[in-house]
Amino acid sequence: MASLADPILRRRKSRKGQGADFIQKIAMVLAVLLVGAAIFAPLLTPFDPLQQSLLARLRPPLGFERYAAGHIAGTDELGRDVLSRSLYGLRLTLALAFAGAVIGLVIGGLLGLVAGLRRGWAEDVIMSLVDMQIAIPFTLVALLVLALMGSSLTVLIFVLGIAGWEQYARIVRGEVRRIAAQPYLEAARTAGAGPFYTAWRHVLPNLVSPLVVQFTLALSNIVILESTLSFLGLGVQPPQPSLGSMVGLGRDYMPTAPWIVLTPAALIVALTFTVQILGDWLRDRADVRLRER
Amino acid sequence: MIAYLLRLVVKAVVTLFAIVTVTFVATRLSGNPIDTFLGEGLTTEGREALIAYFQLDGSLWHQYLAYLRGALSGEFGLSFVDRRPVTTVVIERLWPSGQLLLASVALTIAVSLPLGVLAAVYRRSWIGSAVMVVAFTGYAVPSFVLAIVMVLTFSYWLNWLPVVGNGTWQHFIMPTIAMSGVLIAALTRFTRNAMLDVLGQDFIRTARAKGLRETRVVLKHGLGNAGVTVISVIGLQIAGLAAAGSVVVESIFSWPGVGQMLVNAAIVRDYPVLQFGVIAVAVAVVAINTLTDIAYALADPRIRLARA
Repeated sequence: MASLADPILRRRKSRKGQGADFIQKIAMVLAVLLVGAAIFAPLLTPFDPLQQSLLARLRPPLGFERYAAGHIAGTDELGRDVLSRSLYGLRLTLALAFAGAVIGLVIGGLLGLVAGLRRGWAEDVIMSLVDMQIAIPFTLVALLVLALMGSSLTVLIFVLGIAGWEQYARIVRGEVRRIAAQPYLEAARTAGAGPFYTAWRHVLPNLVSPLVVQFTLALSNIVILESTLSFLGLGVQPPQPSLGSMVGLGRDYMPTAPWIVLTPAALIVALTFTVQILGDWLRDRADVRLRER
Repeated sequence: MIAYLLRLVVKAVVTLFAIVTVTFVATRLSGNPIDTFLGEGLTTEGREALIAYFQLDGSLWHQYLAYLRGALSGEFGLSFVDRRPVTTVVIERLWPSGQLLLASVALTIAVSLPLGVLAAVYRRSWIGSAVMVVAFTGYAVPSFVLAIVMVLTFSYWLNWLPVVGNGTWQHFIMPTIAMSGVLIAALTRFTRNAMLDVLGQDFIRTARAKGLRETRVVLKHGLGNAGVTVISVIGLQIAGLAAAGSVVVESIFSWPGVGQMLVNAAIVRDYPVLQFGVIAVAVAVVAINTLTDIAYALADPRIRLARA
């Protein structure tokens, strides 16, 4: 997946005021709407996402001929409500992405911490694992793991979790090494602070903002990975709706019923856009070095 | 210099060895692959016979050594589906993938370099912002969404372009664009940032001060120097992104390449094909990365002239 966290790709932009611009405000509103829709999907959706109806198959959205009452975004080939399925899909996609990003953060953070604090073979092993993860395109690893272990939700969460750990590991290791060399840490140690105290009081606070930024960027990468895998039929399995699998399964009906793929596709793009804009905004805000420029 | 190059090669070999090992271990973690491939409903004798046929008997360590020995002589086992050597299965699909990749990289470079330079030169005007919005969009839109929207518009609605296959040049248009979306986003951003870095340097001011025309300053002194960094990203980022993209794009457009083969193998759980496919792509990526590093070393006098 594309790594926006690559330091070279960082936007060299200094904003005088740290307030949000117009696009970023839109992104915030969208984020609230999307997360709200995902959380309250059971209350918002007029239909059960799995409920089929033979009489209302392939009905178009509101405003078209043959519109079936209540199915605002139309129905799919089994007469299921596209809007309800999309909202449930959004809910699942967001939950999976969040779980994946947290797992990546824990694995990568811990390994990065070890690599940063302990030099020697531990660092060598961890960093060569990082190099390896970068060398193999992760989509292929995901294909291999899902083919071998089956596409259950547990396996999928595991796959999404290891998708981005190496970015966290690189960031944490780099920051830990940078901070360890700072005079204030030397001063703290001289003043008698123990390793846990310095870690908690001096190292951790410096790690928070780069990790928050990376977490946000990882979210959007994981959303793309999950929907891609589900689109290919290797992620979330039917009948459970996910945004990617809805696009994948709806492909066969595109000439006659394009709304089946367009609603979930629009939601995926809205989601990735929102998360990336927010991630970018957070990065600009969080990066003290950029701010001072 | 020599030592530097040697170190690159050794690193590549170690990475490849690790990748072969990891894919081997991964494919055996979930029990005997024959069972995952065929599932239930197999007689004990039939199962034994298949395991012997595909040489999946013996201890794991024994199998691993056998796999490594085979790998050294270019044998990576037989496909579960059609019982041909996986190397043959992959090799006959290389050229279609290669064609698509070349077309995408060409399109990416043709679009991204000018856009990136424009975005850097006009960074304070609407041109720069517009370019960055385009780059941003490329990142946010997954390639399968881009492909689906194009198919809807140009094939089903306007009836201009064919969807399936790779027969004529028209068949290349949509897959190439779908593959290039994210690549263009990555390379445009990168070119812009590399240009901004270079344009802020002292020698640019000197070039301007001695009265060179601005186009010459930007193209010769600016892009000439930023180009070195851009080469490295074409290798590093693009190889990985393109491999991921081809999996999706080839299966949407039924493009008879390696990517489509990998997805099909994953769906039917033809693990020897998948295993070799991952290794083959990893070899390609590592080779491209190593060659990029070497090209980078040759292009950069600081490394080229260093006495190692």
